[in-house]
Amino acid sequence: MRIALFVTCVNDLLYPDTGKAVVRLLERLGHQVDFPEAQTCCGQMHANSGYRDEAVPLVRGFVEAFDRYDAVVAPSGSCVAMVRESYPRLVPEAAGIAERVYELSELLVDVLGVTDVGASFPYRVTYHPTCHGLRMLRLGDKPLRLLRAVEGLELVPLPGAEECCGFGGTFALKNSDVSTAMLADKCAAICDTGADVIAAADNSCLAHIGGGLSRRGAPVRVMHYAEILGGGS
Amino acid sequence: MSERLPHGSGRLAGPRPFPDAAVVELGKPQLRANLHKATHTIRNKRARVVDELPDWEKLRLAGSAIKSDVMARLPELLVQFEAAATAAGATVHWARDAAEACEVVTGLVRETGADEVVKVKSMATQEIELNEALEAAGITATETDLAELIVQLNDDQPSHILVPAIHYNRSQIRDIFTERMGDAPAGLTDEPRVLAEAARLHLRRKFLSSKVAISGANFAVAETGTLVVLESEGNGRMCLTLPETLISVVGVEKLLPSFTDLEVFLQLLPRSSTGERMNPYTSMWTGVTPGDGPQNVHIVLIDNGRSATLADEVGRQALHCIRCSACMNVCPVYERVGGHAYQSVYPGPIGAILSPQMTGVSASGVSSTLPFASTLCGACYDVCPVRINIPEVLVHLRQEAVDAHRGKPSAERTAMKAMGWVMGDRRRYARALRAARAGSAPLAAVLRRRKVRRLPWPMSAWTASRDAPLPATETFRDWWRRTR
Ligand code: SF4
Repeated sequence: MRIALFVTCVNDLLYPDTGKAVVRLLERLGHQVDFPEAQTCCGQMHANSGYRDEAVPLVRGFVEAFDRYDAVVAPSGSCVAMVRESYPRLVPEAAGIAERVYELSELLVDVLGVTDVGASFPYRVTYHPTCHGLRMLRLGDKPLRLLRAVEGLELVPLPGAEECCGFGGTFALKNSDVSTAMLADKCAAICDTGADVIAAADNSCLAHIGGGLSRRGAPVRVMHYAEILGGGS
Repeated sequence: MSERLPHGSGRLAGPRPFPDAAVVELGKPQLRANLHKATHTIRNKRARVVDELPDWEKLRLAGSAIKSDVMARLPELLVQFEAAATAAGATVHWARDAAEACEVVTGLVRETGADEVVKVKSMATQEIELNEALEAAGITATETDLAELIVQLNDDQPSHILVPAIHYNRSQIRDIFTERMGDAPAGLTDEPRVLAEAARLHLRRKFLSSKVAISGANFAVAETGTLVVLESEGNGRMCLTLPETLISVVGVEKLLPSFTDLEVFLQLLPRSSTGERMNPYTSMWTGVTPGDGPQNVHIVLIDNGRSATLADEVGRQALHCIRCSACMNVCPVYERVGGHAYQSVYPGPIGAILSPQMTGVSASGVSSTLPFASTLCGACYDVCPVRINIPEVLVHLRQEAVDAHRGKPSAERTAMKAMGWVMGDRRRYARALRAARAGSAPLAAVLRRRKVRRLPWPMSAWTASRDAPLPATETFRDWWRRTR
């Protein structure tokens, strides 16, 4: 299956390893991955901050970059949620592509039918199901099923996992104090698990959580779960 | 369009932007602890009783459909309600805003010659600031709901729509009773039963002496002219049955087309609000029943910004709200700051979309900041028994708030526009990524790690409490180009 990768702007600049891991993983599973270079940003920050007029050209750009593909995968729950939930409302012609964009675990579990991707990762891992993955995409336990199948990985439950980490895009800046209070509780919950690694399906949430953990000097590593799955055995 | 209809007044907005008000509340550790405990207890209770219903999603869909129908033909249903209630012996009054509603109610109480009234817990009367209006007219109003009484005794404002005193713990309540109730028994402990008994004795006198009661209503049935009140303590029922005169202040959105619609809402509301399978005290009355209950029955229908809200196609779903409070009990923002930061009788997620619509999003003070007081985590939408898509309305109102200020200079708009321009073109975008990477490379080299502890404004708000990531040494697209 020929799959297009929508790496997302945040990953492109800040977390290229996540994109590389997705490519490695899908190729290992026997699929061809394309990276349409016309892609930029999904427009989520603009749309969610009230700048619809600025978001619309980005939506059109996305349609142009990806319309010819049968399946598009993105290692970001919130960008996929943006495409699926908001695109049809912003630009009606985007409804078609919106249905063919998948978050990584959806592509693996639902479309390709795999849960054991042949990865190995001998660490204690806890997983934060980010809000948009949890409540907009309804990813459920798909990422967890993938992680449980990883050789050597010990998955430890995260108390209050479904609670928001306080990121919320521009919320983290506009309501920084409330955001910080939410982050403090999330960081404490993560540290209490005694995990070596906190994984999630969204690097923007992980940047927030990781920024809080590192400020506290907590010895927990922050990783997109694609990087765990992409690691070979 | 919504600009053309009058906005609401009363306790719907305050002067402080939400982030400023939130900081003050965040600095109260006792409040945080009380809120955490209370919201988690109610939310878990709700989850248990909702999970046991196999048809919960169908009930939500039914609730949402009925409310959509009500909003689609509100004028017609209101006229039907007025006719039915009048035929049953009630007198129906109409009020455009808070001031008009207070005037009507004050006048009605005056006509009876009474100088004290008992009150059933009601959001509508809090919204129009009725207690203050009555006091100005020399009429003493006593709240009979235990939590409202606590708040009233302490000259405070409610901070939650179901549990107005959620910000107090038991020992704080004991102190309020001891210091302020006047007839509190000596040696009061902070045991819930003891506190409830003290309030019961205090209120009994009022029930027996008051000639006038004032209530709101959870539902108003258009077909029959029936009003419905749900409560847990039975104090409401005392007010609704003992006095001669009963005045009910009801928002126009409380209508249901027919009596059988109650079947849906009497299942949705108790499970969502108190986490109970069935509501303890459900009172219904239709006008006057000769020789039984109040013989002088008035209904004051209030608009107060509801028509303005109804005019907004996306935002009108906020009027579907049945005030269960489930959304605030799961809200991570509400849990940290409590109700007072919202500066409206309607706090939490529903408050963030309802209050600004009732007052106008561009109103100064808190209104224009409330749509941004959310991470859009979606927990509220998940629990709302009438499926109000709160995140969708928040984004819609953000749009409105941004549009209201178009043309005025703003650093945020400039940044958003610039980013939109850069990201709108792949070449500009690729160049910008490379520039960001190159620009940060020297810093990364000095730091020898990819995290920064301090950044200039506006990112200083980020680095105040979190380290920030630096661009990678090679962007993904450069890696792809190089290796493919
Ligand atoms: S918005 Fe929904 S969840 Fe919130 S109080 Fe209203 S009905 Fe309840």
